[in-house]
Amino acid sequence: MNDPITHSLSHLDLNTKDETFLDSNELIINMGPQHPATHGVLRVILKLDGEKVLGTECVIGYLHRGVEKIAEHRTYTMFNPYVDRMDYVAAVSNGLGYCQAVETLMNVEAPPRAKYIRVILTELNRLASHQLWLGTHALDIGAITPLFYTFRDREEILKIFEKYCGARLTTHAFRIGGCLYETYDGFEREVKKFLTFVAPKIDEYEELLTTNRIWVERTRGVGYISAEDCIALGVTGPVLRASGVRWDLRKAQPYAAYSDFDFDIPIGENGDTYDRYLVRMAEMRQSLRIIQQAVDGIPEGPIMAKIPKVIKPPVGEIYHSIEAPKGELGYFIVSDGSTQPYRLRVRPPSFINLQALDQMVKGQMIADVVAVIGTLDIVLGEVDR
Amino acid sequence: MVAKFKGQYGTGLESWTYLGQNYLIVDRALIPDILMLLRDGEQFDYCVDLTAAHYPTREKQFEVIWILYSFERNERVRVKTSIAEGDSIPTAVGIWPTANWLEREVYDMFGIQFAGHPDMKRILLPDGWKGHPLRKDYGILQQDQEWVQINLGIESGQ
Repeated sequence: MNDPITHSLSHLDLNTKDETFLDSNELIINMGPQHPATHGVLRVILKLDGEKVLGTECVIGYLHRGVEKIAEHRTYTMFNPYVDRMDYVAAVSNGLGYCQAVETLMNVEAPPRAKYIRVILTELNRLASHQLWLGTHALDIGAITPLFYTFRDREEILKIFEKYCGARLTTHAFRIGGCLYETYDGFEREVKKFLTFVAPKIDEYEELLTTNRIWVERTRGVGYISAEDCIALGVTGPVLRASGVRWDLRKAQPYAAYSDFDFDIPIGENGDTYDRYLVRMAEMRQSLRIIQQAVDGIPEGPIMAKIPKVIKPPVGEIYHSIEAPKGELGYFIVSDGSTQPYRLRVRPPSFINLQALDQMVKGQMIADVVAVIGTLDIVLGEVDR
Repeated sequence: MVAKFKGQYGTGLESWTYLGQNYLIVDRALIPDILMLLRDGEQFDYCVDLTAAHYPTREKQFEVIWILYSFERNERVRVKTSIAEGDSIPTAVGIWPTANWLEREVYDMFGIQFAGHPDMKRILLPDGWKGHPLRKDYGILQQDQEWVQINLGIESGQ
């Protein structure tokens, strides 16, 4: 009678917690790190009951490159290209945040023309980032066509970047104090041409998805998060706005030339995956509005502020943040008066937004995990730094 | 706000402004009370970031920094405190859940323990990692030697 197997079988009871693993109701499986829907090397440990998710744990760090440590060993100028490698689909935003943070620390300001160029390129980059998000997110859920559409149109943005600064993804477009490159001949014309080209394309994406029955079924009510939870978890960007909080750093604490432009902050109501989709689609259109105004009103003048050749910010510390496509991207820099940052901290929006994954997928189906990872719009290069 | 806090806590608290950014320097003992007060009394409901800095020459080597934001006031404030090697700090997970991963990262990078944290373990580096890379005495090449040789079985890449 002391045979362990018969002993445990005689106590077989589905309602009490199982300790023998013979009739386990809970299943723990790994999703990633090599999984096509995790957008990089993200490992999610899922605790499942059938197809229902009971809990998750994210294992991150596979792409950790020690960006913050590298910063302490590079001069301010030398570190500038490194920031592009964090959120590599929105490299221009990273560069803008970094350059502005160092400018704040040095108490200088970029000239108006440089600010306008910065706004145009950053908004183009926001559009490119949202296009990439839409393509991959739809692909994860099963709609393959949007990927081809968005990549086709994103290409035009990358061409503008390439013509402006020679690089397509990791652009290193800005320098501390302004911009290094003057706009190329016909820049304004090409940007305007792009705007008229892309506006109907965004309608095209929406035609494919917004009222698509499968899309709506797969996204509506999935991955709900309330505004209170967003704030408590520090979630920012389109995810926060889709939960109904009208907060955008471009309006709340305007930087660059954003205070000159007229644009709206689209918000959602339900805080689900469908609303986040609608918010990002609306944001694309707002970006077009901003670019149009910036191209029309771009002032003449210098593009570089008067800054010394060797950048040595005075002793002190600052925090500066911008609204990156994924949320609040902040830089906290401590200067000891030398040419290298004493401490440089990046506040990555993807890292902090990813923390909300557990909350958003609890109680949902396993297939929804894929949708929620997509809707959070994370870039693992930024999560891990 | 600062005057009110000073009246309540006396000398454990100082306020500074640099380039228009406000920060409070607070004694370690007052940290949980001040953070709680900032959230509940002053509406700093959003913990933007939590980080630290290492100053090996100081007596209290580490500075822990909370960056807070208030949606109501559209205002930021930084709270700083200094602690010595081996000291722990009460966790802020109960105040802002976002502090969970941020505290784990500070532990990972600096070796600062947060007392009461639900899951105090490394987050970005592998579990078996030795040392805390963002300390100033941790060389930039150090990581390339021991861990890589033992775990990956290859000579250092640099």
